[in-house]
Amino acid sequence: MRFVIESHVRLTESVYHMRLSGDTRAIVQAGQFVQVQLSGFYLRRPISVCDWRPGENGTLDLIYKVVGLGTEAMSRYAPGTELDLLTGLGNGFDVDRLDEVTASQFPLLVGGGVGTPPMYGLCKKLLAACKKPRVILGFNTAAEVFWKQEFEALDVPVTVTTVDGTMGIRGFVTDAMVPLEGKYDYVYACGPEPMLRAVHAVCEKQEIHGQFSFEERMACGFGVCMGCSCKTRYGSKRICKDGPVLRREEILW
Amino acid sequence: MVDTRVTLSGWTLDNPIIPASGCFGYGEEFHEMYDINVLGTFSFKGTTLEPRFGNPTPRIAECTAGMINAVGLQNPGVHHVIEHELPRLKTFFHKKVIANISGFSVEEYVECCRLMDAQEQVGIIEVNVSCPNVHGGGMAFGTCAESAAEVTRAVKAVTTKPVYIKLSPNVTDIVSIAKACEDAGADGLSLINTLLGMRIDLKKRQPVIANVMGGFSGPAVFPVALRMVYQVARAVKIPVIGMGGVSSARDVIEMMLAGATAVQVGAQNLVDPYVCPKIIEALPGEMERLGIERLNDIIGGAWK
Repeated sequence: MRFVIESHVRLTESVYHMRLSGDTRAIVQAGQFVQVQLSGFYLRRPISVCDWRPGENGTLDLIYKVVGLGTEAMSRYAPGTELDLLTGLGNGFDVDRLDEVTASQFPLLVGGGVGTPPMYGLCKKLLAACKKPRVILGFNTAAEVFWKQEFEALDVPVTVTTVDGTMGIRGFVTDAMVPLEGKYDYVYACGPEPMLRAVHAVCEKQEIHGQFSFEERMACGFGVCMGCSCKTRYGSKRICKDGPVLRREEILW
Repeated sequence: MVDTRVTLSGWTLDNPIIPASGCFGYGEEFHEMYDINVLGTFSFKGTTLEPRFGNPTPRIAECTAGMINAVGLQNPGVHHVIEHELPRLKTFFHKKVIANISGFSVEEYVECCRLMDAQEQVGIIEVNVSCPNVHGGGMAFGTCAESAAEVTRAVKAVTTKPVYIKLSPNVTDIVSIAKACEDAGADGLSLINTLLGMRIDLKKRQPVIANVMGGFSGPAVFPVALRMVYQVARAVKIPVIGMGGVSSARDVIEMMLAGATAVQVGAQNLVDPYVCPKIIEALPGEMERLGIERLNDIIGGAWK
């Protein structure tokens, strides 16, 4: 699928926001991802969808971090550049189908680092479903914080945590969860694995349901190569196809 | 009007394009993207007697013009394939399929092939004696002429369908192994499987792949694959399915000139899921430009 870069902005030292135009009709859930083909690199790069305007002439917002040579090359792409994307990949965040989601009124969205972008699209979906979400965004330090204003513009309570205390609450996202106990009845999380583990442990302890988005090195991104398999309580799952979002009770930790 | 048909052991395919095992699952994911009946056929995910989870992750590493995988034969097991995958496949794929079989003992190969032989949807049994990603099986059978021949003989004794042995390139003399399989009764050969390779993460100073090494594939391996197909096809009388880095109609024609009767496309399916229908669409035009009327006529055309 052909997309054109409309704008490309650096948000922090290593995080970029790319807005593309193209056919976004295959994207149906927050938390899904796209596979971006980069000139000179064999494998595509999986990037989570931050937000999208649906339609044949839709727009797609990607926020990504430069972690290697591929994303570094991507960060130099100028507006007007055409990109080949596979879109609508993966099983994203469920906002209305599961019983416990339907019953939940006060979902808590926890994003860590470059795991925060999918929380933005999710937050909009939850608001559209008449839920009352609140958001915790975790970073290492103030200089790495991004997309805070965009979350606040959605008129939801936003708590920022930084490990060094240079912005918001000093510590981890789980430190910000403590004072909110009783104010949320469901958790959505995306971020580095240690963060997911910690949030998962809090959910287990409080017996709160939730959905967690995972990351793994992958080749195809659409479920055939078996490069990103993980073991769950209900058997082997492909992070790219059955995930990246898994439910709390199926995760083996 | 050019003729793209080729014949493998009496089975005529509409065209020689066959997605390779491990890059096409059991067809379902690609069926969601295009009508897979345009394919010559496809080779399904390497299947073993028992279900296998495979290796720990990371299983994938990128390379220049290629990739390394160390999946480790993850599959749901032959019984699940027969009871669930094949019936589901039948609802959207109306051609026979190539059953790719792997094992850890001669007995396992025999049992798996015996079960597959009874499936009317299976056109050819492709016996993988060349998986580089499992210990104590797979490639161990394919790197020694005697054991490759032993597997071939044992499988042939319990099957009626054509048996193709999939060979490893990680050997000193692929021709002698190919000949040993032919002498043991193989109906055809598939080559090449992936080349053993590795990458190291510079920051972590450790292998990228959890299993340390894996199978290297993609356009980078095409010249190596082509050379081996050329060597083997000239030395045997049975048909050869050529594969390794094929990603265009021109690669297909080149592989056939080297001696391949049909051609498998592997890694390229993972980066461009539409590559096979694109090749099939481009093939007639490419044939016309090169003055090829019948694809079948060019097999081994580069031999002197």
